[in-house]
Amino acid sequence: MSDKTDKSGYWTANLRIVAWCLVIWALVSFGFGILLRPLLSGIQVGGTDLGFWFAQQGSILVFLALIFFYAWRMNRLDRQFGVDEQ
Amino acid sequence: MDQFVVNLIFVGASFALYIGIAIWARAGSTSEFYAAGRGVHPVTNGMATAADWMSAASFISMAGLIAFVGYDNSTYLMGWTGGYVLLALLLAPYLRKFGKFTVSEFIGDRFYSPTARMVAVICLVVASVTYVIGQMTGVGVAFGRFLEVDNTTGLLIGACVVFAYAVFGGMKGVTYTQVAQYVVLITAFTIPAIFISLQLTGNPVPALGLFGEHQESGEPLLATLNQIVTDLGFAEYTAHHADTLNMVLFTLSLMIGTAGLPHVIMRFFTVPRVSDARWSAGWTLVFISLLYLTAPAVGAMARLNITELMWPEGTSGQAVSVEQIQTDADYAWMETWQKTGLLGWEDKNGDGRIQYYNDANPQMQERAEAAGWQGNELTNFNRDILVLANPEIANLPGWVIGLVAAGGLAAALSTAAGLLLAISSAISHDLLKGQLTPNMSEKAELLSARIAMAVAIAVATWLGLNPPGFAAQTVALAFGIAAASIFPALMMGIFSKRINNVGAVAGMLVGLIVTVVYIFLHKGWFFIPGTNTFDDSDPLFLTVQSTSFGAIGAILNFATAIGVSRVTAAPPQEIQDLVESVRVPRGAGAAAADH
Repeated sequence: MSDKTDKSGYWTANLRIVAWCLVIWALVSFGFGILLRPLLSGIQVGGTDLGFWFAQQGSILVFLALIFFYAWRMNRLDRQFGVDEQ
Repeated sequence: MDQFVVNLIFVGASFALYIGIAIWARAGSTSEFYAAGRGVHPVTNGMATAADWMSAASFISMAGLIAFVGYDNSTYLMGWTGGYVLLALLLAPYLRKFGKFTVSEFIGDRFYSPTARMVAVICLVVASVTYVIGQMTGVGVAFGRFLEVDNTTGLLIGACVVFAYAVFGGMKGVTYTQVAQYVVLITAFTIPAIFISLQLTGNPVPALGLFGEHQESGEPLLATLNQIVTDLGFAEYTAHHADTLNMVLFTLSLMIGTAGLPHVIMRFFTVPRVSDARWSAGWTLVFISLLYLTAPAVGAMARLNITELMWPEGTSGQAVSVEQIQTDADYAWMETWQKTGLLGWEDKNGDGRIQYYNDANPQMQERAEAAGWQGNELTNFNRDILVLANPEIANLPGWVIGLVAAGGLAAALSTAAGLLLAISSAISHDLLKGQLTPNMSEKAELLSARIAMAVAIAVATWLGLNPPGFAAQTVALAFGIAAASIFPALMMGIFSKRINNVGAVAGMLVGLIVTVVYIFLHKGWFFIPGTNTFDDSDPLFLTVQSTSFGAIGAILNFATAIGVSRVTAAPPQEIQDLVESVRVPRGAGAAAADH
């Protein structure tokens, strides 16, 4: 759209989604997988704790979910602001 | 049938398949050759990108590094998958909208500066050559085992094959060949893992078996593993031992580096639409995850198997005898791998047994003294052999071993050849034709591309003889360089309208130079052994090892670019309009088609 405010609204909405996704991205990898692992040590998973599971499995599964969520959400946002490709 | 013949059949058949598909696809359409992926479904494109990206580091090296260290090396798993989130959210859709074909073209246009383009080319070449050194390490291991020759001979033969493969080259661009390579690679990685997971835990899904019950002991698998490795004085498998700061920075380096590597980013330039670029990144990660979710299981289970083989009566009983290693079929893999020079043992105390334990652990030294041991006798176990030796260690059928050989070669060769093509086109097309000698004929351009390729492979092979680390560690250095130089420039180019030509060039140069110097100070100048001033066990800056420095380099790059841009003139209006247009998907349709 040529409307300037519409475009900047789209960009702000995009930045907000990106920021939230990156918070979760950092939380599951650097957080649960490394720095916050001691806090999760009480939760047992197959002979070890939840932090170990996040470091070797969980973070990867969350990354996948994040990318697909972002693709789906952005395609909706594109249509909402009328900036999608026809 | 002899194992050597089985390997030959599998390797030969897989190569025949790739070449066959290349010929078939080429006859179908020649434009495919230049723009692999255009008009290809995001799922297919994702599979091809996954094959392109998963190299010797992921296939051959990574599980071995996890196996011998445990939790602390989870950084590889998180780092090499988490980068796709950055790629999908911060770069892929915008670069697709921009609509050119190479990373340096984007940097040159966005920062309206041929200098910026040239600096980007230099960054790409430095990162890619380092990457190829890591691949050559893997190629040496795979060829050494497959041809049953020592590692150096394997490396030299491998280098010739890689060179031929890269010159034949065009097949690289054909998406369906890469799809076939992916299928070979992932089958080769998961089939042995499924077998082993069934043997040990009864669960056919290795990622679940890892957290399952060890059938023999009735305890959880990881608890059993912790028990037997600590019995031998090694660090507990699931515990956190490494320096936390270094772990965080290393993971971050790998993540940022993934999103800054040219051969991955390029794939997203050529998908049909902006929304496909977003989906494609997701599908790529789906296919990569199949290997990455399995690798930690492969590592842990192999460590358990190896330890149990070395201590057949349990860790408190007698160690395996030299005679058993020489005669028992379960130990035949040790004899085979000894030939490559990457596995070695020595009966130091002459008791006819091979004691495998951590001789640096004080408690073990007491036990060793009482038992008359004179140090760890499994003297050499190269981490890079673990995945290739794994099916033999677990006593799996011969065809599985052949399949793994084919998979390892597919992983190493496809990535090495792809990188060589990227290096040669960067030098001949972007640097020589684009900057230094614009009037060069097409023939001269092609010749210079070949020369660049030959020089790159010669350098990589020579340095691969004395690599700065195991395959995955060397590749991690390449990611650090890409993280410090390319990613910040791309991201700022999209997310900031204020970053100008001077800022971007200064940022890239600072990021590249500081990171490369830091690496050379720790790994030796130009990776020549013995020329290093510091050692990674006691690094120059805090606890940051050279493999982790890319994250710091990236921060310096961002800071320099922002600082310099602030005190110099803002980019012209048309550049600010370009940034505006890159940010919205509408109008992307024709962009790539006019190339």
